[in-house]
Amino acid sequence: MRVIVPLVAVMVLALIGYAGSLVSPGLFGIIIPYAALLIFVGGIIWRVLKWAAVPVPFRIPTTAGQQKSLPWIKDAKYDNPSTTFGVIVRMALEVLLFRSLFRNTSMELKKDRNLAYIQELWLWGAALAFHYSFLVIFLRHFRFFMHPVPPFVPLIQAFDGFLEIGVPTLYMTDLALLGAAGYLFFRRIWYPQMRYISLMNDYFPLFLILGIGISGVLMRHFFRVDLMAVKELAVGLFSLHPALPAGIGAPFFIHLFLVSCLLAYFPWSKLVHVAGVFMSPTRNLANNSRMKRHINPWNYPVKVHTYEEWEEEFHDLIKDCGLPLDKE
Amino acid sequence: MSSISYQTPATDWMDTPVEFRHGNWCHSANPKSLEYLGLPYPRKWAACEDDWKLPENWKEIVLEGMRDRLQRFRTFRIFMDICVRCGACADKCHFFIGGGDPKNMPVLRAELLRSVYRREYTLAGKIMGKMVGARELTVDVLKEWFSYFHQCTECRRCSVFCPYGIDTAEITMMARELMSLVGLSIDWIITPAANCFRTGNHLGVLPHGFKDSIDFAADEMSDITGVKIEPSINRKGAEILFVTPSADYFASPHYYTLLGYLALFKEIGLDYTWSAFASEGGNFGLFYSHEMMKRLNAKIYTEAKRLGVKWILGGECGHMWRVLHQYMDTMNGPADFLDEPVSPITGTRFENARSTKMVHICEFTADLIKNNKIKLDPARNDHVVPTFHDSCNPARAMGLLEEPRYIINATSNNFREMPENTIREQTFCCGSGSGVGTDEFLEMRLRGGFPRANAVKYVHEKHGVNRLLCICAIDKATLTPLMEYWVPEVDVGGVHELVGNALIMKGEKPRDTDLRGEPMKKAGGEA
Repeated sequence: MRVIVPLVAVMVLALIGYAGSLVSPGLFGIIIPYAALLIFVGGIIWRVLKWAAVPVPFRIPTTAGQQKSLPWIKDAKYDNPSTTFGVIVRMALEVLLFRSLFRNTSMELKKDRNLAYIQELWLWGAALAFHYSFLVIFLRHFRFFMHPVPPFVPLIQAFDGFLEIGVPTLYMTDLALLGAAGYLFFRRIWYPQMRYISLMNDYFPLFLILGIGISGVLMRHFFRVDLMAVKELAVGLFSLHPALPAGIGAPFFIHLFLVSCLLAYFPWSKLVHVAGVFMSPTRNLANNSRMKRHINPWNYPVKVHTYEEWEEEFHDLIKDCGLPLDKE
Repeated sequence: MSSISYQTPATDWMDTPVEFRHGNWCHSANPKSLEYLGLPYPRKWAACEDDWKLPENWKEIVLEGMRDRLQRFRTFRIFMDICVRCGACADKCHFFIGGGDPKNMPVLRAELLRSVYRREYTLAGKIMGKMVGARELTVDVLKEWFSYFHQCTECRRCSVFCPYGIDTAEITMMARELMSLVGLSIDWIITPAANCFRTGNHLGVLPHGFKDSIDFAADEMSDITGVKIEPSINRKGAEILFVTPSADYFASPHYYTLLGYLALFKEIGLDYTWSAFASEGGNFGLFYSHEMMKRLNAKIYTEAKRLGVKWILGGECGHMWRVLHQYMDTMNGPADFLDEPVSPITGTRFENARSTKMVHICEFTADLIKNNKIKLDPARNDHVVPTFHDSCNPARAMGLLEEPRYIINATSNNFREMPENTIREQTFCCGSGSGVGTDEFLEMRLRGGFPRANAVKYVHEKHGVNRLLCICAIDKATLTPLMEYWVPEVDVGGVHELVGNALIMKGEKPRDTDLRGEPMKKAGGEA
């Protein structure tokens, strides 16, 4: 159920995109993409502002290495940073290289009832491949968005297509994205624990991204569309002078509609981890809790048991055992 | 404990009700203790009974509490929003490894709360409900929370592996706060907290009992070493206030660590005082609510101020140091009436504690050893083959990893490390932290402690390790039965117990037994 429903949903969305190309290309080619982009940008900003509005009352970094204490003990500057620079490096490692995921191990209870922990880099590798190919593919698309094409695009294309398989050239990142997303889907259904924790909210974005990827690849290699017309539309959208050229072809509308859905869905889903990771207090704070006082904006007075009350209650006991008293 | 099955149940987790059976739940809070602390809804109830005697409007209270906390803790809101369920945390939890229950995978534990968050605070959750992992808060859900948020020891191991740093300890703290609003808490947390509030320590030791304990230990240590040791209590004008968990002076094997402290402080001539009021370093309030943590912690600064000390030294304890390191200054500071800590023996300035003004005993002792201020004969510990268990909080909420190792290496010739995935920031919990170290919970404790015990077994078999060292009072109390069950040949002790054995004191008599009265391999000292 949790797999089928989102799969069908993405298929229906693709069909809607197809229907849209026939019924109302203006709506599906211009209005919906703009609306989706607006929702995406507005939504992300709203989410971030909402998080930012909540205070961070305590300094609680997860320390993943030696603290800075005595000068002769080497501290883990990036896994347990005590300075802002250290935090920046920690965050960079986290965001760019998925540092924490790199630690991943797989636990195994062996027949002799002993535990083993084996380094497990598949998730890390797939995540890295997935995110970076997504980025490269996005950047490659600037050949559609802008005229003249920005100089970084041919460079990326050259690297990405260096195997020179097929005409047009097969891009490695297309394969990597589909392969990685496929693996991320596969592990969700293959491992019983993963299957157990996975929600519709996990399958839907995967299928959506796979749908976008597949429709893109199909368009490039099989169902050719009028690229000049696509570019005209994209440049128009990008430069805020939208115009709808005729004869673009249905596959493109499917692709564009799925992208629009992804954009509109993004801020309201788990995909906001992209923004949230920067604001995670266990990662983005320096472990300098004892060096520098952290202020809690809502710190309020609480009922305590004062020394005076304590001494009064136990006065005789304290006196009899010879401990000093403040009040005799 | 026969076996561990990692099979997932046939039913979806939302449709799998929680099961309370012997050994997997803790006794509910004693109403008297709740009343003493002025906490809401004191009553007699038990998890195994159907009726938990919840207040009429319990749901409103819990949801309102949730809304309030979502506006006060960015952690809470972010952690509710950004989990992608990648599963990296799943097999990192000791309770999952030792028990196999999928709801002990940190991701699913968080989902227990997140599902209600989605239902109440997200549009999709409101409209699509279960389809998107959202569900109504019901009594059954509350029962599930009670069960699984007391099967998390707030050890933060999962947080090390999470790509977004989602910290289940934080989520568990929120869930426990929410439950506390309707009077659902456990006695092993609340009664120590009430004791601590009233008498100054978790065990409820009264001032004269405290004095007797310290005096008794000092006398015993004087007998062992032949050096007269006379500690002072509640002495105004001392340079340093020493605060340690109450188990150190009231439980075994903690007691031998206490003997170690006493000998060390005597040998270096430290001008320090104990306090019968601040007679507890630990803080079970941490396991109940932020407010309770603050209420119990307040006495440490109050007492330091009253006694007019320059700074504070803290003993071996795990969660105590989480509170002191990450919360105390923010909650009860600023400690502007204290000086930046400087070791009176070595002159070392503890710059890492310049604001909080509290130094960990391992930082203090490592500095003494580095500066050759004490004489140690590691051969006096040759009968001990130690390994070191990094306690969760000093490891993952502080990063105190090298200091204890430096001390161990200076006091022992035989130190052996456990496998790398089980130590330092990846250390495994004792399985009994965060206030669940109680007898009725023994089965879960033994399961939760299995990964730790298994690593000890490995070094016991490979290197003949016979002592599990740790710097945490809960560890010392609960690793002991854990070892008895899994690796009976290994006993448990503190790092400063080894210091006490190895320390060559001025004017000491010949030593042939260690602090436990067990024979040493060879006489140290002037021999």
